[in-house]
Amino acid sequence: MASTNDPFQFQEFEEAGNLLEANRDATTISIEDDDMPERQRKAAGFTPDVDDEDPHTSDDNTELLSGQKKSAPFWTFEYYQRFFDIETHHVKERIIGSMLPWPGKNFIHVHLRRSPDLYGPFWICTTLVFALAISGNFSNFLLNSDKPNQKYSPQFGKVTIAATAIFSYAWFVPLALWGCLLWRNNKIMNSVSYSFIEIVCVYGYSLAIYIPAVVLWILPFEWLRWCSIVMALCLSGSVLVMTFWPAVREDYPKVIAAIMSAIVLLNVLLAVGCKAYFFSNPEEAALSPAPSAALELTKAPSAT
Amino acid sequence: MADEANRQFAGLSDVSISEDIPVEGDISVPMGSSSSNRQRGGEDEFSTLDEPVKETILRDLRAVGSKFIHVLYPKRSSVLLRDWDLWGPLLLCVTLALLLQGGAADSEDQGGPQFAEVFVIVWFGSIIITLNSKLLGGTISFFQSLCVLGYCIMPLTAAMAVCRIVLVGGSGTVSFTVRLVVVTASFGWSTFASTAFLADNQPAGRKSLVVYPVFLFYFVIGWMVLTFSPSQ
Repeated sequence: MASTNDPFQFQEFEEAGNLLEANRDATTISIEDDDMPERQRKAAGFTPDVDDEDPHTSDDNTELLSGQKKSAPFWTFEYYQRFFDIETHHVKERIIGSMLPWPGKNFIHVHLRRSPDLYGPFWICTTLVFALAISGNFSNFLLNSDKPNQKYSPQFGKVTIAATAIFSYAWFVPLALWGCLLWRNNKIMNSVSYSFIEIVCVYGYSLAIYIPAVVLWILPFEWLRWCSIVMALCLSGSVLVMTFWPAVREDYPKVIAAIMSAIVLLNVLLAVGCKAYFFSNPEEAALSPAPSAALELTKAPSAT
Repeated sequence: MADEANRQFAGLSDVSISEDIPVEGDISVPMGSSSSNRQRGGEDEFSTLDEPVKETILRDLRAVGSKFIHVLYPKRSSVLLRDWDLWGPLLLCVTLALLLQGGAADSEDQGGPQFAEVFVIVWFGSIIITLNSKLLGGTISFFQSLCVLGYCIMPLTAAMAVCRIVLVGGSGTVSFTVRLVVVTASFGWSTFASTAFLADNQPAGRKSLVVYPVFLFYFVIGWMVLTFSPSQ
């Protein structure tokens, strides 16, 4: 019974394919990772035996995945993570879609597609706040640069005011609009209803057009400022109107008119208010020396 | 075949250590450097409780200093991430806030940022950027990210020091141009350095989403540095 095989000598087990060529009907077990048996079987050139395990496991997985996403409670981190589930090209598409309104293309339906994000609104608002403060500061500096002993003051406190104005526009107006639409939905069955986050998302992205407009306002030409304001208002206003049109069109005409004009009016107020507060008029700055221009600026919001 | 194998190991089963073979020798634990110039009093390397305070402070300072050097020459190393500390960012933030004082802050005009405002912007901004990168699915931890963002303020603090020196000479157009160049260069350096550390931990396709807030953060700090005007 002495064989030449020393049991303590390591034996290389050949690939399953080679073994199978010797004996076609043998079943082989491979203890390597899962794709190896597939590859070996394919290499050996015969169809795999019954994949007993795989259909069942993939069924389990698809069952888990196709069900609704587990919604975590709102005090956990994971709840907010699903609003940041976004890629760079998505953000770019949404920004461009908010700047170029296309008749018939609803921003929410085309771009958001039931997955609104909070990244865009938050960072667009923050950028707008700083752009407004910095441009306003810079334009005042340019305006008064020809005066003697001009002391440049950064007027850092204006950042806080800009932040308050823009963030309250971006959060409270959608809140009011959402409440209003909800109330109308109770009275009249609308086919289209938007969630709060979607409305916040639309408003946040609609502010994106103001960032280049605000940078343009640095140049002290009044006609340029008014042109850019009107253009920005038209673009963002039409995006907002076209987005909310399907949500209110089944309502009474008076209610539709009221809601639409409120949306547009608040937009206009924000734009004109920012321009008036942060960017002084070139004519009125030229008429009076620098310190009283600053006093006028601080008096202006209390007057309006 | 089995008995052959057994025969090879046949002698081993009889081995036993008998009592009359003495086990002797010297077991001495090597205590590192010789005791003559040792300052620690004979404990093992892991307990630092008995070492003099100078040693402790110097060790922390050396760690902070090595991280400064890593910011100066940013390459993809993990020293900043692995051993994070917040001493460096605190030091830099205090220095920056102090250098931004002495502006037109005591006049009735709304002057430059106050000390607390600089602190709030730097720390609050870093926290928001960290939250943003974690929400986007980054694998970096909270304090590691704070550490990186804080250390990368160093070029801007250096630029602030340079600006103050330039402003001593005068505040005309020439000095403004010089300051603009210096601040732009250091802002670019800060953003590049922090991106080198932070962007690797993000899933692909979201890297610019993470880099943009960092860019905005250093841009705002750069603006604060550039627009600093001394009281006349």
